[in-house]
Amino acid sequence: MSALGTVYGVILNVQGALEALGDAVNTAPYKAPPKAPVLYIKPANTFLPGGGPVGAPDGVEELEVQPTLGLVFGRTASRVSEADALDYVSGFLPVIDVTVPHASVYRPAIRQRCRDGFLPYGAVAAPTRGAVDVRVQINGQDAGGFSTGDLVRPIARLIADVTDFITLSPGDVLLVGLGVGSPRAKIGDQVTATLSGVGDVSCTIVPEAQIEERAA
Amino acid sequence: MKRARVAYAGQVYEATPHDAGLKLADGRVVAESDVVWLPPVANVGTIFALGLNYADHAKELAFSKAPEEPLVFLKGPNTLLGHKGVTRMPADVNQMHYECELTVVIGKTARKVKRADAYDYVAGYTVANDYALREYLENYYRPNLRVKNRDGCTPIGPWLTDAADVADPMNLKLQTTVNGKVTQSGSTKDMIFDVPFLIEYLSSFMTLSPGDLILTGTPEGTVYLNSGDVIVTEVEGLGALENTVLRDDDYYGKAQ
Repeated sequence: MSALGTVYGVILNVQGALEALGDAVNTAPYKAPPKAPVLYIKPANTFLPGGGPVGAPDGVEELEVQPTLGLVFGRTASRVSEADALDYVSGFLPVIDVTVPHASVYRPAIRQRCRDGFLPYGAVAAPTRGAVDVRVQINGQDAGGFSTGDLVRPIARLIADVTDFITLSPGDVLLVGLGVGSPRAKIGDQVTATLSGVGDVSCTIVPEAQIEERAA
Repeated sequence: MKRARVAYAGQVYEATPHDAGLKLADGRVVAESDVVWLPPVANVGTIFALGLNYADHAKELAFSKAPEEPLVFLKGPNTLLGHKGVTRMPADVNQMHYECELTVVIGKTARKVKRADAYDYVAGYTVANDYALREYLENYYRPNLRVKNRDGCTPIGPWLTDAADVADPMNLKLQTTVNGKVTQSGSTKDMIFDVPFLIEYLSSFMTLSPGDLILTGTPEGTVYLNSGDVIVTEVEGLGALENTVLRDDDYYGKAQ
């Protein structure tokens, strides 16, 4: 497993995700639909290379487990045009973006999204052409996902919009979006993200205290 | 002890203050004008920043009540810039302001740290200027990355000052000048969530590592800037961090 640089993700980038918020986008606190990509960062403490146990904090019954595709950058990307954008991507990464479920996206969800081990990821694969089918199974049952053919900002456009103000360095990763709906896993569940033509990654949900005991 | 990281004659050096300029780690004394200042922390990890962490600033931004939980957001390493750097002001922006902030540098791995022990995990302190571009504010994961995560929008430095040399980090004067005129002054004693609280809070749900930074927020007194303005953000005892903002035509050159 290669070490990752900075990992950026984007919400509301799969068709239907914004619509699922309904009229709320026009009322407080949002007041208007988003204009720029709605980005977040998954910091280094969340990295779980190869997958494995993910800790649910005390009092949290279920974790949201969103499968997604990570674009791994092979060279420095700054103010990249949409036409050239894909030239900067050297790998595709299967990822499960884990969060403590939260309804509001008004404030950055650091406490929910950035807990230790909340980003299981698999092996980097060569980029493929055409849409990638991104699915998650919980205990073997399909629990959601999306196709990269259904992105609001397709991959090239997303890269152009992000690198307009953020320089991405080799090893940095951009997660392309999260599906509509909220796949949830509880303690003991086995979660696998499968990306067509890319690969997969799995994690199991355990009590957070169990992971701390192991680390101690 | 205060340390900087500077580029001089083709190499990066650790440097300390000297009457005649800067003393490089190899003993050479060089003029300040001959070095390029880099962010003072070599291997920066996760960068945390605080919004609305001074009651007066929250009021200034028309938030009627102080937050009950820290408003934390993250920044990527692309945002950092050394002392005397230049920060871009996009052509369509007229509401760009500085934010003078005490910055904590984490010194050892911290997990579920109690408030009483929090200072044991601090390596030192520096100064940051956490620029914001208010035209780009949107109400999704606010403050959104287009406002706060831009290349070079977070000057930091000039020095990393050892924690042992800062008697009370919660009683330091903060001051910003724009072209030499004082526009912001405050004190870290007016923080809503102080440094020990922030370390306890963050380490309660995530592991902090050496090189992680916590930018602790800014008091009132932010004003909008113009191209060419020279902004100096200073924290008592830590140093004065200078930065210049340039609008696109000057930043990229008229050719673009």
